[in-house]
Amino acid sequence: MNLRPDPTFHATPKLAMQAPAETLAFTLMLSPDASQPDGLAVVDVDPASKSYGRIVHQLLMPHKGDEFHHFGWNACSSSLSPLSGHAFLERRYLIVPGIRSSRIYVIDVKEPLKAKIHKIIEPEEVFARTGYSRPHTIHCGPEGIYVSTLGGGGPEGTDGPPGIFIMDCESFEILGRYEMDRGQQEKHYDFWWNLPRDYMVNSEWGLPPQFENGLVPEDLLSNKYGHRIHFWNLRQRRNVQTLDLGANHQMALEIRPAHDPAKDHGFVGVVVDTTNLQGAIFTWRRKADGEFEAVKTIAIDPQPADPADLPELLKGFGAVPPLVTDIDLSLDDRFLYVSCWGTGEMRQYDVSDPMKPKLTGTVEIGGIVKRKAHPNGKAFGYGPQMVEVSRDGRRVYWTNSLYSTWDDQFYPGDRGGAMVMAHAGADGGLTLAEDFWVEFPKGYRSHQIRLEGGDCSTDSFCYPSV
Amino acid sequence: METGGAATGLWGAVVASGVYHGVNPGMGWPLAVSAALMERRPGALWRAIGALAAGHLAAMAAILAPFAALLVLVERQREIRIGAACLVIGLGLWLVANRRHPRFLARVAPARLALWSFLAATAHGAGLMLVPIYLGLCQVSQNDAGHAAASTLMAGDAGVALAVATAHTLAMTLAGGALAVGVHRWLGLRFLSKGWFNLDLVWALSLVLVGSVSLAAAL
Repeated sequence: MNLRPDPTFHATPKLAMQAPAETLAFTLMLSPDASQPDGLAVVDVDPASKSYGRIVHQLLMPHKGDEFHHFGWNACSSSLSPLSGHAFLERRYLIVPGIRSSRIYVIDVKEPLKAKIHKIIEPEEVFARTGYSRPHTIHCGPEGIYVSTLGGGGPEGTDGPPGIFIMDCESFEILGRYEMDRGQQEKHYDFWWNLPRDYMVNSEWGLPPQFENGLVPEDLLSNKYGHRIHFWNLRQRRNVQTLDLGANHQMALEIRPAHDPAKDHGFVGVVVDTTNLQGAIFTWRRKADGEFEAVKTIAIDPQPADPADLPELLKGFGAVPPLVTDIDLSLDDRFLYVSCWGTGEMRQYDVSDPMKPKLTGTVEIGGIVKRKAHPNGKAFGYGPQMVEVSRDGRRVYWTNSLYSTWDDQFYPGDRGGAMVMAHAGADGGLTLAEDFWVEFPKGYRSHQIRLEGGDCSTDSFCYPSV
Repeated sequence: METGGAATGLWGAVVASGVYHGVNPGMGWPLAVSAALMERRPGALWRAIGALAAGHLAAMAAILAPFAALLVLVERQREIRIGAACLVIGLGLWLVANRRHPRFLARVAPARLALWSFLAATAHGAGLMLVPIYLGLCQVSQNDAGHAAASTLMAGDAGVALAVATAHTLAMTLAGGALAVGVHRWLGLRFLSKGWFNLDLVWALSLVLVGSVSLAAAL
């Protein structure tokens, strides 16, 4: 227990932007064939350091086959609300779930270069206490640590719908399911919230049989993946509204609410529109009467391609879909970053007017057909995927793997994990940093990035920036 | 003269504990700043402070009322004071040993500030801290009254309870309100992370202290 709040807790997004820049990043490494244990890489991102852009510490797990994907902190800036009563927690532990194994690791990174495993929660405990499986997104919130899951019970994860469970933020004990009334929610993926306004939003990917062994083309073409978002009364744990984005908008993934809690809008990315292969962003917002609405505000076109250049899955279409697999919003809620994993683009949109996004920057790297190399000459292997933005909004980091079995369908063969960074201009514009390229150990792919002291997809704020 | 001094000291403790609760962010003043910023009107700050005060007052009254009723048993005053002192010490020791925060508080909707304030004050023993002080004040006033009728004493004790709860809450509200206005207008929210100290242990120990002083006086 600290005597003062953790210096990385900030009352407002604006204060967080003024905090010192990150010097380290934590990136998940996964072994796609489970031949090696998954791990956590500590990456030096301090340009003044000799080991800039290199992995300076690796922590490998004692088990294999976990498939690391997303992860999060035990505590964030939301602790600064008296309502949650956790003001003196330390931002010290990374909660890392294995989405294939359902095992959860709690990693102590108080001394990042000596990162160590603090606790392991075995899959059996997750199943027994929650009836859920395949833990995914982590957020620290009012009642502790919230963990979304992709699967229900049973070996296939189809015994009952997936949902969220809560862990104690000090003992890391699993307390139980979150939902009291889930309404129509029967698939899950990402979730986030507006804490003072007391609502949560969650999205839908697909059920485990739809993703664990690869994308199921028949399910996609018959629009069987998730296409709805659900709004919840956060503290009553009740689904209050379900919005259907349209069945053709397959796989509604990342939820990014405005960080400033005085704003009542947010974004959600849609991987693919099955009518035209476009990728899409919807802006959702709460109207004056308290109801929510969602409007498509960005559509990204597929690129025509010679079937000979396409993997089996896409040959019939003669085009590469953008595949919007991740999005991230800067802390000032001004720039939205959109990963187009298929075409190999990282796009930057000015969303000052959230209903009218303007494209302000694009970096091309990788891509199924274009295969654009990094300025340093190295091949990026896949496309831009998990994206993380620095607190000050000036550096944008991303990695290249989506999910082991899906990587293999869209980008056959083993192409190596990578992490790159681009500089963002104060008023827009995105340029790849030529001197930043993180090489991962052989056989490993790279997934989500967390920045030391918090980043744009971890911290929730309880006070407006004004 | 001596009883007057004791009474002044005890009233001082009532006000001081109010200020102590008021400036502690954990008792809610940051929520008033948040309300003013969220609604973009300074008036929202006062409405939030009012709701927090109402909850706090109710928590104080809810704890003091049973003791006011117990004091009818004039012959048992000493036992009541010893019992109350032990209760306060016990809660203090329990809070020293168990440093976890009550999780049910996080289930209260942010809009229900009065309810939250009531529950937060009750859960942390803010009301209980006042009990030994209150019992001391009742004793002082009874000594002054001499051998008055029981009904008069009872009315007097209830009046003291109300006065204690009100004075304490007023001090708490003024202190918390001043800080909320200061942060909203001048200091900015950076003050929140700079000026918030972990008083959990101090708080628990102050319960033990208040209880011990009162126990010593009763014995």
